[in-house]
Amino acid sequence: MILLTEEQQMIRDMAAGFLSDKASVDAFRAQRNAGQSGDTSINNEMAEMGWFGMLTSEDAGGVDMGAQAAGLVAEEMGRNLTTSPFLSSAVMSAAALRVASETEWAGKVASGEAVVALAMDEHIKHRPDMVGTKAEASGNGFVLRGTKRFVGDGGAADRLIVTAMTDDGLGLFLIDPTTDGVTVDPVKTVDNRNAANLTLDNVQVDGSALLAKGDIAEEALGTALRVGRSVGAAELVGVSKEAADRTVAYLKERKQFGVTLSQFQALQHRAADLYTQIQTTESVIAAALKAIDEGRDDAECLSRVAKAKASKTANLAVREAVQMHGGIGMTDDLDIGLFMKKARACGEYLGDATCHAEWLLRERGV
Amino acid sequence: MTDLQEFRAATRAWLEENCPQEMRQPMNEADVCWGGRNWVFQSDAQRDWLNAMADRGWTVPEWPKAYGGGGLNGDEQRVLKEELDRINARPPLQSFGIWMLGPALLEFGTDEQKRHYLPQVARGEIRWCQGYSEPGAGSDLAGVQTKGVDAGDYFEVTGQKIWTSYADKADWIFCLVRTEPDAPKHKGISFLLFDMASEGVTTKPIKLISGASPFCETFFDGVKVPKDQIVSERGKGWTVAKYLLTHEREMIGSSDAALFGSEDLVEVARDAIGLNENNQLDDPVLRGKIADFLIDELAFDAELARAKDWMRAGNQLGVESATLKYTGTELNKRRQELIMEAGGLEALEWDFANAESDEKASLWLRSKGNSIEGGTSEVMLSILSKAVLELG
Repeated sequence: MILLTEEQQMIRDMAAGFLSDKASVDAFRAQRNAGQSGDTSINNEMAEMGWFGMLTSEDAGGVDMGAQAAGLVAEEMGRNLTTSPFLSSAVMSAAALRVASETEWAGKVASGEAVVALAMDEHIKHRPDMVGTKAEASGNGFVLRGTKRFVGDGGAADRLIVTAMTDDGLGLFLIDPTTDGVTVDPVKTVDNRNAANLTLDNVQVDGSALLAKGDIAEEALGTALRVGRSVGAAELVGVSKEAADRTVAYLKERKQFGVTLSQFQALQHRAADLYTQIQTTESVIAAALKAIDEGRDDAECLSRVAKAKASKTANLAVREAVQMHGGIGMTDDLDIGLFMKKARACGEYLGDATCHAEWLLRERGV
Repeated sequence: MTDLQEFRAATRAWLEENCPQEMRQPMNEADVCWGGRNWVFQSDAQRDWLNAMADRGWTVPEWPKAYGGGGLNGDEQRVLKEELDRINARPPLQSFGIWMLGPALLEFGTDEQKRHYLPQVARGEIRWCQGYSEPGAGSDLAGVQTKGVDAGDYFEVTGQKIWTSYADKADWIFCLVRTEPDAPKHKGISFLLFDMASEGVTTKPIKLISGASPFCETFFDGVKVPKDQIVSERGKGWTVAKYLLTHEREMIGSSDAALFGSEDLVEVARDAIGLNENNQLDDPVLRGKIADFLIDELAFDAELARAKDWMRAGNQLGVESATLKYTGTELNKRRQELIMEAGGLEALEWDFANAESDEKASLWLRSKGNSIEGGTSEVMLSILSKAVLELG
């Protein structure tokens, strides 16, 4: 039931072709086995295809194709377990930079020359509105103190966008990670993602480091999160679809009691239920991405429902996938476990179902 | 102005002129206009509104003009819907003729049949009911045993149907009848249309656990059905039936307030349970269940919207109607359970003999049938696993 324009179909086909060739699940496994996360050598090719500039204006060096296009790429990344700074840098940071009217680093992100990570989480759960990091005015600049947790692609970033409270409300700061007082601790995660914890110990920055403050900073962060949730949800539905497809294929091939597993109604119905969940999830993600591109007010709510639903569905998909594969599903040799790990991490990142359901309840006044 | 903008402006002006104020109020089940030979309009406004819309073909905007429709393209249908919603206009007419028989006739009927039956549906002149299920053929619908004996110019139909919605109020029936007793199960069925006033037809209402219902048992005793009242060919009725079922499933899955009740779960819970000092529902466990439900409900709203876009673009829903039916009805059962849970002891007050269909307990009990009627959830999952996932 997906209505894609010709252009969208082309983006999807191109993403599917490129990623299955250059950033497949096999590549992901090889990187993990080699103790690496991601493959920076393909960044230039991704940039050439315009992927890193999808959310950036043409004036700033981007291709300005919008959130729906980014969602198509992200879904294919989910299918292939591609590790890339796409979501953190080219989607979220780029969206924040655009609201803040910053073009230099936006251009560098779009060209694949730089990775800019967004440092906004400080708590064990996703609570980007609870900012303990302080930015105190000092001379013609600021001094920053605080810690950030699980900064996506933080270990490989050329610049960090850091949220901190100023005397005038929220501030977004663009910080060079080699500045004195900045410590970047890479973290190994269950999905072999490039993440880092960040300590800011009296970091002195120039006034020009302040990207935005007050309402504009709130809007920049809000936009980054809204787009990030929706595109991140698209990545998750890609994970779900691939896990489901592989499982359905396995049911048709694996024999027990003299017949293929596909003969058992208990399994047929669970597979079909999963299919319906994925369909619904895909619908709400498409709605959220479209609402963003059309600048509609309901984009905030839709992006949260999309992320929540995508997290729930991916969780169901990978649990069913491992269970229906049986013993072999528990082995590291089979890829299905990699999808389970990815679903857990992406489900948590940018808020799980509970996080966004809580927002919905508060909006409804209960 | 583009053509579409012009269409919108003209539509808005026309609605302003022709939609009576009374027809711009929220409605409940009792306000539905079903039409038919015996229909008694509840008000002049209801009659005027139906006639005005029918004159334009807008009771069925997507049908061709030649058959009483509006002949609107997908964009125009969307604009009309938006303009109707803008003034909270009530649907001028609802019927199984529009939702189910119409699409089947458009696909399988002869031109003569379309010209004869469809305008009557569009104008609300004939009210239809659906003769599908039988006591021995529920989920296994193709097992229908009502027989149609070839008697020359007509079939003589004898047998029993069950769960016939509004059989006691309908003028005509579209009915699955076994006319080829020696053919294999799926190839012996014909799709017949006949008048419920025919000699040999009787109906008897069915009471449900939720109280009175529109469902009936329907009995046929040698009903004479002329042979030109067959849709498609003899023995090809199952193909028509399956096609029609996709429309029925889509209708059930996408039913909103009319079938599922319009009470808002969040409001019910807030009113009944109240808020704590943090302005949160004063029952954290129930609050969590509601939260989980809201995510699924809002995601399904997007699914319904996507299905509508898909159809407006000229596509058929086909097997995907099973997804909508399954998801929508399972969600409604969850909604009604949660409303009862939130309503607590108060929601238990209910008098079976005098039950109103919009009471919490009635809606809760009635919702249990949602995942049975029109194909059970289990049948939906079997369809999807075979037709989409190719398991089996």
